[in-house]
Amino acid sequence: MTPRRTQRLLLIGLVVAGVAVAVTFALRAFRENLTYFFSPSQVAAGETPSRTFRLGGLVLENSMTREPGSLTVRFVVSDLAHEIPVQYTGVLPDLFKEGKGVVVRGRLGAGGEFVAEEVIAKHDENYTPPEVADALAKTRGRVTK
Amino acid sequence: MIPEVGQFALILAFCLALIQAVLPIVGAARGRAEWMALARPAAAGQFVFIAIAFGALEYAFLNDDFSVLFVAQHSNSALPIFYKFTAAWGGHEGSMLFWITVLAIWTLAVAAGSRSQPEEFASRVLGVLGIVSCGILAFALFTSNPFIRLTPAPADGNDLNPLLQDPGMIIHPPMLYVGYVGMAVPFAFAVAALFTGRLDKNWAKWTRPWTIAAWMFLTCGITLGSWWSYYELGWGGWWFWDPVENSSFMPWLVATALLHSLAVTERRGIFKSWTVLLAIAAFSLSLLGTFLTRSGVLVSVHAFAADPTRGLFILGLLAVFSGGPLLLYALRAGSLEAEGGFKLLSREAFLLANNILLVIAAGAVLFGTLYPLIIDSLGLGKISVGTPWFDAMFLVPMLPLAVLLGVGMHSIWKTMSGTPLIQRLIWPAGIALALGVTLPLLAYGKASALTAIATVIALWVCAAALLEPLRWWVLRRGAPLTRAQLGMCFAHFGVGVFILGATFVSAYTVETEVSARGGDRFQVGGYDILFRGVKPVESANFTAEEGEFELRKGGRLVTVLASQQRVYRVQQTPTTEAAIDSRLGRDVFIALSKPLGDNAWSVRIQVKPLIRFLWLGPLLMAIGGLLAISDRRYRLAARESAATRAVAAAGTT
Repeated sequence: MTPRRTQRLLLIGLVVAGVAVAVTFALRAFRENLTYFFSPSQVAAGETPSRTFRLGGLVLENSMTREPGSLTVRFVVSDLAHEIPVQYTGVLPDLFKEGKGVVVRGRLGAGGEFVAEEVIAKHDENYTPPEVADALAKTRGRVTK
Repeated sequence: MIPEVGQFALILAFCLALIQAVLPIVGAARGRAEWMALARPAAAGQFVFIAIAFGALEYAFLNDDFSVLFVAQHSNSALPIFYKFTAAWGGHEGSMLFWITVLAIWTLAVAAGSRSQPEEFASRVLGVLGIVSCGILAFALFTSNPFIRLTPAPADGNDLNPLLQDPGMIIHPPMLYVGYVGMAVPFAFAVAALFTGRLDKNWAKWTRPWTIAAWMFLTCGITLGSWWSYYELGWGGWWFWDPVENSSFMPWLVATALLHSLAVTERRGIFKSWTVLLAIAAFSLSLLGTFLTRSGVLVSVHAFAADPTRGLFILGLLAVFSGGPLLLYALRAGSLEAEGGFKLLSREAFLLANNILLVIAAGAVLFGTLYPLIIDSLGLGKISVGTPWFDAMFLVPMLPLAVLLGVGMHSIWKTMSGTPLIQRLIWPAGIALALGVTLPLLAYGKASALTAIATVIALWVCAAALLEPLRWWVLRRGAPLTRAQLGMCFAHFGVGVFILGATFVSAYTVETEVSARGGDRFQVGGYDILFRGVKPVESANFTAEEGEFELRKGGRLVTVLASQQRVYRVQQTPTTEAAIDSRLGRDVFIALSKPLGDNAWSVRIQVKPLIRFLWLGPLLMAIGGLLAISDRRYRLAARESAATRAVAAAGTT
C-alpha cells in the first residue's frame, strides 16, 4: 500500500471508531432516559421497576384528598381492576379532574403509595390518554372473559 | 350553497393540479413548448380555485353555518370574530385546506419568479409542485373534506379549543405552515434538476433564495410556537421536546444544513449530491411532521384527528415523495460531478462540518421521536424518552458547531493558511473567554462548568459575527459588506443571542410553587411578591377568577400582575392565563392555578433571566435571512438572464 492509502485507511478507521464510541454512549444514555408505562394492574402484580416509571388510569371519583391549603394532594389511580394510591406535591395541571384519565410519573414509595414527580393531564376533558384507554380496554377484556 | 361551491372549487383545483403535474413535465421531456406553456396558467387557475374553497370555508365560519360539520365542531356563535376566522385552521380538515392554500401561494410565487429561468427547467419545477399539490388535494378530498354537511344542523357549535383562543394562534400556524410547505419549493427544484442530471452553480443560485425564504418562515413559526406555549400553557416552559415540536424542528435543522450546503454548491459547484439529498430530506421531514401530527399516532394539542386511513394515506404520500426522488437520485448520482476540490482548512470544510453536525442533531431528534412509536406499534410496551436525553443529544453536536461557526465565518474558499485566521480571531476569542467566565459569576455568584462553557461559546459567536461589521462601520477598514454578508452576520449573531438566552434560562431560573392566601408574601429571585387576593371576572365566552399580585424589588413597586384561572363556557375547560412582567433582562411569570380549599390557591412563580433572548435570537436569524435574499446578485442574475433571453428571442425572429 502507498503511504497515501495507509493514511486514508487510518483516517477512515479513526472515523468509524469515533462514530462507534459516540453511538454507544448515545444509546446507553438513551436507555437510561426511557421511562416505561404501567397500568395499576401491572403495579399490583409487582411488575414495576424500582426506578422512575409512568402510571396511568382514571382518577377515582371522590378519592382526592388534601389538607386544606396544602399543596400536597392524594388521589387514587384505577384501571377498574386495581387501585393505586398516589401522592403529589405541587400545582396540578388545569385539566386534572376526578373520573378523568391521568398519567403520573414517579416511583413507588414504601407502603405501596406512588410518589409522583409529575402529573400529566391534558387536552379536552373527554380525552383519555391512549395508554390509559389501552389499560382500561385490557381490564374490560378480562372482566368479560 | 356556499360550502358546495367550495367543495366544487376544490375538485376543479385538483383537475388543474393534474394538468400542472403531467403536461409541463412531459412537454419538457419532449420539447413541446405549448405543453410547457400550460404550467403557469394551470398554477394560477389552481390558486384561484383553492382561494375560492378557502374563502367558502371562512364564509361558513364567519356566518356560523353549523350545518357544516367542521364548523360545528370548531366554532360557536359566541366566539369572538377573529377567532372564528382563525378557527378555520384550528382543526384537522381546515388545516389541510390551509396547507393546500399555502402550497398554491408558493407555487404562484415560483411561477412568477421563475420567468428568468430556462423554460424547460421552470416547467419541470412547476410540474413537481403540481404533483405535490395533487397528492395533498387528493388527501383532503378523500379523507379530510372540510365541507361535509351535518344534518340536522345543531343550534350551536362545539366551540374552539380554549387553548387556541389566543392572539398567538392567529400568526403561529400560518407562519409555521408557510415554512413547512415552503420546503416543497427546494424539493421541486432538486427533483426538476434530477430529471436531467444538470445540477450546476446556476441551479443552486435559483434554489437558494426560495430555501432561505421558507427557512425564515419556519424559524419564525417555531419561535412563535415556543413563545405561545410559554405564556399559554401556564407552566412557563419554552421547549418540551414534544414529538410535535420535534416534527417542526427536524425540517428546520435539515433546512439550515441545506441553505449552508447550497452556499457551497452556488460558489464552488461541489457538494451537489449532499445538497440534493438535504432538499429531499427537508421536504420528507415536513411530510413526516404532517403524518405525525395528523394521523393520531401522537397525542398532543396539535393532534386533531385519530383516523387510521388518514395516517396510511399520508404515509403513502411520504413513500412516493421521498422514495421517487431517491430513486431518481440513484439513477443520476453518477452524473453529479464535483467541479473542484478543497483543502482541510477552507470555508468548504467548515460548512461541511456544519452540515454533518446539523444532520447528526436532526438524526438524534428523529430517533428519539420515532423510537417510542416503533416500540409501541410492535407491541413491546409504552415508553417515553426523557427530555435530558434530547438536551444532551442536542448539545453534543451544537456546542462544537457554534465554536466552528465563529471560525468558519472568517475562513475563505478553497484553501487558506491558519496564521491570518488566528491573528484575526485572537481578540474576539480572548474577550469571549474573559467575559464568559466572569459575567455569570458576577451576576449570580455561581456558574457550573457547562454554564461557563456555553456562555463563552455564546459570546464567541456574537463577537465573531460582529467583527466584520464593526471593522467597516467603526474602523472604516476592509470592504463594505454586501447584503448577503450582512445577513450572515445578523443570523449568526442571532445564534449567539439564542445560546446566551438558553444558557441563562436553564441555569438561573428561580421557580417555586406555593399555596397562597390573600395577603401572603413571597420572596422569589430577589423580588417581594404580595398576593392581594382573588376576584371574579366575566367575559363573553368564559368566567374567571383573577388573582392580583404586587411585584416589589427593594421596597419599590415594580408592577401589579393579574393572572386568571378561566373556565370556558361551552367546553367547560379550565385554563390558566399566566401574568408575565417582561423586561429585556428577565421575566417574572406568575400563574394562578387551582384552589386548594380554605381560601388558598396554588400559585406558580418563576423569575427567568434573559428568556426574551430565546425569541430575539431566532428573530435576528430570520432578519438575516431577509437581508440575504435581498442581496444584489439575485436581482442582478434575474435581470441578466431575462436580458439574454430577450436577445435570444430577438435573434430567432
